[in-house]
Order: sequence, then structure tokens, then C-alpha cells
Amino acid sequence: MMMSFIKSFHFIIKLMFDITIIGAGITGSLIAHRLSKLDLKVLVLEKENDVAEGATGANSAMVHSGHDPKPGTLKCRYNLLGNRMYPELCKELQVSYVPIGAYVAAGGEEEEEKLDQLIAQCEERNVPYEVMDGDTARKTEPNLADRITKVLSLPTTGIVTPWEVVFAAMEEAMLNGVEVKLNYEVSSIEKKEDHFVINDEICTKVLINCAGAHCDDITNMLRESPYKVFARKGEYFVLDHLNGTFVNHVIYPTPSAKGKGVLAIPTVHGNVLLGPNSDDCEDVEDDSTGSGLDYIRSEISKTMKNIPYHKMIHTFAGLRPHIDLKDFYIQEDDLIENFIHVAGIESPGLSAAPAIAKDVVENIVLPKFEGYKVKETYNHRKPFINMDKMSDEEKSALIEKDPDFGRIICRCEKISMGQIKDVINRNCGARSIKGVKMRCRPGMGRCQGGFCEPEVLKILAKELHEEKTEVCLDRPGSNVLVAEAKEEL
Amino acid sequence: MERHQLVIVGAGSAGLAAALGAYENGLEDILLIERESEYGGILQQCIHNGFGLHTFNEELSGPAYAERYFDLIKDNECISILYDAAVTKIEGKLLTVQCPQGIRHIEADAIVISTGCRERPAGAIGMKGNRCQGVYTAGTAQKYLNKEGYLVGKKVFILGSGDIGLIMARRMTLEGAKVIGVAELQPYSNGLARNIKQCLEDFDIPLYLSHTVEAVHGSSRLESIALIQVDDKLKKIEGSEQEIECDCLLLSVGLIPENTLIEELGVKIHPRTKGAIVDDRYMTSIEGIFACGNALHVHDLVDYVSQEGKKAGKAAADYVLGMVSEGEEVKNIVSNGVSYMVPQSFHKGRDLEFMFRVSRVYKESYIHIYGNGLDKKIKKLGIVPSEMQKVMLKKDDLKDLQGELHWEVVE
Repeated sequence: MMMSFIKSFHFIIKLMFDITIIGAGITGSLIAHRLSKLDLKVLVLEKENDVAEGATGANSAMVHSGHDPKPGTLKCRYNLLGNRMYPELCKELQVSYVPIGAYVAAGGEEEEEKLDQLIAQCEERNVPYEVMDGDTARKTEPNLADRITKVLSLPTTGIVTPWEVVFAAMEEAMLNGVEVKLNYEVSSIEKKEDHFVINDEICTKVLINCAGAHCDDITNMLRESPYKVFARKGEYFVLDHLNGTFVNHVIYPTPSAKGKGVLAIPTVHGNVLLGPNSDDCEDVEDDSTGSGLDYIRSEISKTMKNIPYHKMIHTFAGLRPHIDLKDFYIQEDDLIENFIHVAGIESPGLSAAPAIAKDVVENIVLPKFEGYKVKETYNHRKPFINMDKMSDEEKSALIEKDPDFGRIICRCEKISMGQIKDVINRNCGARSIKGVKMRCRPGMGRCQGGFCEPEVLKILAKELHEEKTEVCLDRPGSNVLVAEAKEEL
Repeated sequence: MERHQLVIVGAGSAGLAAALGAYENGLEDILLIERESEYGGILQQCIHNGFGLHTFNEELSGPAYAERYFDLIKDNECISILYDAAVTKIEGKLLTVQCPQGIRHIEADAIVISTGCRERPAGAIGMKGNRCQGVYTAGTAQKYLNKEGYLVGKKVFILGSGDIGLIMARRMTLEGAKVIGVAELQPYSNGLARNIKQCLEDFDIPLYLSHTVEAVHGSSRLESIALIQVDDKLKKIEGSEQEIECDCLLLSVGLIPENTLIEELGVKIHPRTKGAIVDDRYMTSIEGIFACGNALHVHDLVDYVSQEGKKAGKAAADYVLGMVSEGEEVKNIVSNGVSYMVPQSFHKGRDLEFMFRVSRVYKESYIHIYGNGLDKKIKKLGIVPSEMQKVMLKKDDLKDLQGELHWEVVE
């Protein structure tokens, strides 16, 4: 009896939080970032080895204008608001946002009719748009398929690097007192009178469920979940840097019952994504690729021609955490007070995330805390060092301070040793080969890490004071080097 | 501004030879720019022997072969090497170089591109399955093993019978890994015959011809692969899948010339070789920019790379010194079994060497070379796509030729 009292007393001192967020994807991170501006004690739990995993790490990397979601849905409301928030948010976080614009391409009467419905929706929603015929569109987008006769231009469509937004948000949140536990899997949650106890060791007043593909598992620890998550897989091709030589806008087909269809999407770094398909799959962790790639090839040919497949350098699959309620599920639980659902955040989840975070924090979480204060001083993160955007003089000045910025490690993306060391030595820094790749791109290029991975591994080992054999590709257990030579003989 | 007669990008086997060739033809100011902190390029991780048989009549290891060339230039005051320096941009004849001393701008009268090649990664062949640890290109595994001293897997399967894959099958076996097998999509091996014998047969490693890896499976790390048979049209035969347990899959599925720098400059790239289109002087579509070695087209033997590098260096020197080829440019046209030809065009008036590959296996055949004023047949026995073919044409063979020169294989 006494022991258990001491034990819980101990935890009250050490691990008591006002708010705990489960999941460090885009919604969890943006909620944490908002909360970090207030004098509340906030914890983020993430089961993976890094933030921005799951759906956040593998998606279309774009901010939709809000022309597409069904009227009256949360998806529609948050997408429209989120689209307006992104430019400001990215400026605040010092990450890239490119207002690249999109074309929705229609060919033939049937598709044109569908396009007219979208045009009507744009009008109703105040989404800026322009309509043009196929030939006019081909002047700015010469590789549009010949069959395209009518195009809806959506200038407020943007592109971001989703994981970069998360890294920035979490770095800044941590800099201002938010705690993060990685490789932390929630296996039990108990509801006490005025708080929750997670895994018998963490106490929190408010619990926010941003667990993506595992939202239902988390909810089931407290009550029977009102929704079930079905993973819906989307596969993509990645093309090497084309920098506008193939496509200059996001290109959508006209939507169908299955969704927005297969897109051509320029990325912030000058690559092009082709995808996604949409396949329901049983395992919410099944990120395998394969079945959808043929489908993508055939679908993309309906909107685009001269597709440079010889520039293909990578394929990947993302899992949309689709729930059986046809909309986002964002509310306080109807039975359990202080338990907040942010579930079913599939497309347009990335676009909607800033608006979701704002709404959840301002209208659901904060009313529960009386007398909280906005922090008087708020610390901003230092942005990643992007040498790509520097002039030669700026580069030379940087190299003069630290010659490691002159040592190119990743030849494809031209990333220096200094940049790699910088992304490791941060509060929410890279801990794995993938962590480095996602933050500053070695391994994202045409050699896919073939040349630079051994160098990145050595830098990681040195900076993290680990043995080389301890360095992982991503998750614990994914050690790159399995044995010293001759060790097994 | 820093200025040199000739700048050579890459001090691997092609670049070192180009420097030597340029010096021999009279240049006095040659700069090699090398990204690594040592010369030799990929040779430095190729610690097996077999290099230099044609050039030095000896079987050398990769590093020893590189050293032979380095010894020929190291005390030469006309040739210098800038290490740890990456050329990030070429505009006209102006190179931007990033190195620990800062950003340097270097001007040249001529530039030789000898940047080598890279391996085709899993993403480029649309490898299906999970994103787990354990899938590596053979060259990366080679670097981890030969330069760092570590194995990337203990139970290894290899996809592709290219030479690096075969060499790695032997290396990993010798270092304590179990190599389960090698799969090759084609009904014939893509590696040199001596490597099949010395790297697989001598170690009882099975070679699965007409097979490919359908998918990779695993969570944190690779657990198994699905091996599948293909028919004579390379189509997968359903029902022939077999799951093979392994913790490592090495890919030896092709090499791609590394030409980003000159692609950005606007040099015309050949769709088949993925290297620059060159004439008999190894000059690209942009005057004064030369290309050689694996950056121009992927070679089988380093000796040929060195020979080509030397010729490109000599030609670049001639260009700098104002000795240009005269006469009309003749185009090589390939068809019927000849998949590419280097150079793609030439000037008559001297003996010339042509390098090409065939598109399939031919047991008994001849190369038919013809055009207006030339008709020549050269008998070839047992030619395969994995072995580069060479044909010499004498000045006199070519003197009556009018218009294009055609190349084909006739069985």
C-alpha cells in the first residue's frame, strides 16, 4: 500500500502533464506547437523513432485549395481555413511554402460536366479560380495530354514539405518547453477522476488522440471506439529533379467516386510525384509498394503526356488513416471528459492540419484551463541551413566559419557535412539515416543514398557518440551494419 | 580568376588517364578536380584483382591499378589535383567548385568530364515490397565492406548478375556471410565469364537465370524475398514464386553514367548510353567539353576506361592548342542488334576505334559495316550484350565513304 502511494506520488512530481498528445504527425505537432505558446505542461508521445512518420511522411505534399471536399463536411471547412493559414504558418516556422497553383484537367463532355460542378463549388466557397480551354492551358503546361479540352486553374494551391513543417513545429515546441518521447508506445490508458494514467507512469489532465492509423486502438483502451480505422494505401512514383521542365503546376484529373484521382505534383525541391492510387488494405502498417504502380501509369496518361519515366528514382506508399464515418472525427469524446479525438485525418488532412490544430486548441482544449497565460518570451528555432538557396558569397562565408560546409557528402542533392551535422545536433534532431534524409535530403536524390549513406552513417555515429553498428536506417532494430567483416567466420 | 588550360572533373581511372594524355599532347597546365580526398574513384573500393591485364600485363587490385596511373603523373609539374572539391555547376567554361576552402570559380579552355557512373537503385526498377533495412546496391555494400570493414547482411541474396554483384557474392562469402543465390532476369549472365566461374561456381553459389525478385518482405529489416521465374518474353510466370529467407538483398541491376553537370549545361545525352553524344575526339555537342570513361558509357574493363580517358585527354589538348579535325562529320547509324555505338559520329582521315554493344546473345555472326563507298563484314563468335565490342577501321577503309556509316549484326 505504502509502496504504491510513494510510487504514484513520485510520478505526480515527475510525470504530471496538463496535456498529452499521442502521435507526432502533422496534427499532433501543430497542436503541440500552438500549445507551446502558453504556460501549460505538454507532452507528446510517439511510437516511432522520429516525428513526422506515418501518413505525414508519405503523402502528396500539397495544400489543396479546398475546391474538392463535399460541402458541409469538416474536411471542407478545415481545408478552406488551412489553405489560408499555410503561407503565414510556414513563414513563422521558417519552412518552404510554394504557392504553385493547380490545374484540374477535363477531357470530353462527361469530364467537363464534372469540372463545372467543381467550378460551382469554387464560386460558393470563394476559392479563387480561372477557367481556360485546353490549348490555352497547354501554353503554360505543354505536357498536358492532347485529350484535355477544359481546365480549372486554382492559384491558391500550394506545395510544402510536410515533414519539414513537423520538424520545425516540434523543434520550436520543444524549445519552448514541450516534452517529446520517441519510441514510446502507449499500451494502457486508465481514466482516473480528474486525469488519465498512461502506461502506469504518465499522468495527464487532457489527452489528445492524434494517433493516425492507430486512433481506434488508443480509443479502445478507454471505451469501445465509435470508429474503426481502415488504412487506405496510396502509392507514388518519384521523378528526379525536373525543375519545371515536365510540369509547372499540380495537375489533377477530374475527380471520381474514388477521390481526387492520380496527380502530377511538383515538389518544393524540384522533383515530381506521380500518384496516388487508392487501395484499402487490412494492415495499417503495410507500407509496401507494388500493386498500384501500373494503375498510376495508366491513369496519369489521361492528363499528361511525355512522362519522363526514365527519371524515376523512387517509389513509396503512404497510408491514409481512413475511418468509417466519411469525415474527420474531431471532438471531445461524448462519454469520457477531457479525451479528445483527432481521427480519420486522411486527405485533405495535411491541408487542413493548421486549422484543425487551431480549432482543437482554442475551442476544445483551452476552455478546460482557467487562467493560463501566454508565455512572455517565445523562442524561435533556427531554420535548417539551406545552402541551395545561398549565393556563392554566403556559402563561402559559411565555409570560412566551418570548413565542413565545404565538404559535399551527398553529390546528388549537393548536401554538405556541415548541414548533416546541423540536423543531427538539434533538440528534435535526426537519430537515424532516414532522419537525416528527411531533414536535409542525402539519399533523396538519383543515387538514393548509394554513395552517401556510408558517409552519413559515419557522421551519425560520431555526432551521436554511437558505434557504427548501432546506427539504424530508421526504427530500432534496423541497424545498417550487422557484423564486422570475418566476425561470423 | 583562376584559369587552366584543361580542367578534368573526376580523378578516377578515366580522369587520371586523361590528364596523362593531355600532358603527352603538349598541355602544361592541367587541373584534376576530385570530390574525394584521394584519387582513383571507385577503384579504391575494388580490392579484388583482375585490373590491368591489358595495360600492364599484370593482375592488379583496384587501388594498385590506380596507383600505377597516379605514379605516372604525381611528380609532373604540369598536372595538379584539387581534392575534397565538388564541381557544383558548369556555365560555359566556368566551373563552380565547393570545397573546404570556400566556393571557388575556375575557368578552363577545355573541360573533360570523367565523373564515372552510379548504380541503379531499387526505386528505379520499381522494386515492390516494404521499406525495410537490408536492400542495398552491390557497390554500396562493397564500400561498407571494403572501406569500413562491415557486413550489411549475413544471409544474402543478389539480384542481377552484373560484375559488381558477382564480385560481392565472393567477397561476402569470404567475409563470413552466406550467399544464397544470384537471380538474373535474362536467360544469360550479364557479368564477365571469368567472374561467373571465379565468384559463383567456385563457391557453389547458384545462379538463377530467367528469374527476378518480385518483392521484398520485412518490418524493421528484411526477412525474405519472393523469387519468381520469367518466360522468354521476360514476363513473370504466375505460380512460380518462391519465398527465400534472407536478411540482405544486393542489387546489381545496372549502372548509369553520371552526367548531371553537363545535362544542366545542355550537352546532348544519348538515350541508350545515358552518356554524352560524342564525336571521334570525345567532344560532346558543346565545343570544348569532352567526356570519357563510365560517364560516357559504362565499360566492362578498367583498361578500356583508361584507354578512352587517354584519348579524350589527347583530343582535349589538341583542341586547346588549336589543332582541330577537318573534313565533314560522318554519323554512325546503328540497327539490327547493335544497341549503341561510341563515338556517335566521326571525322575521316585517321585510323579509328569504335566501341559498341549488341542487344542480345549471338553465337555465330558478323558485324556488317556499310555505307556509300564502304562494305565490310567482320566475323564475331559468341558475342553477348555484357561484353563491349571493339572494331578498328583504318584510314583507308573510310576514305571512299560518302554520307552515313551503318552498323548491324547479321547471323
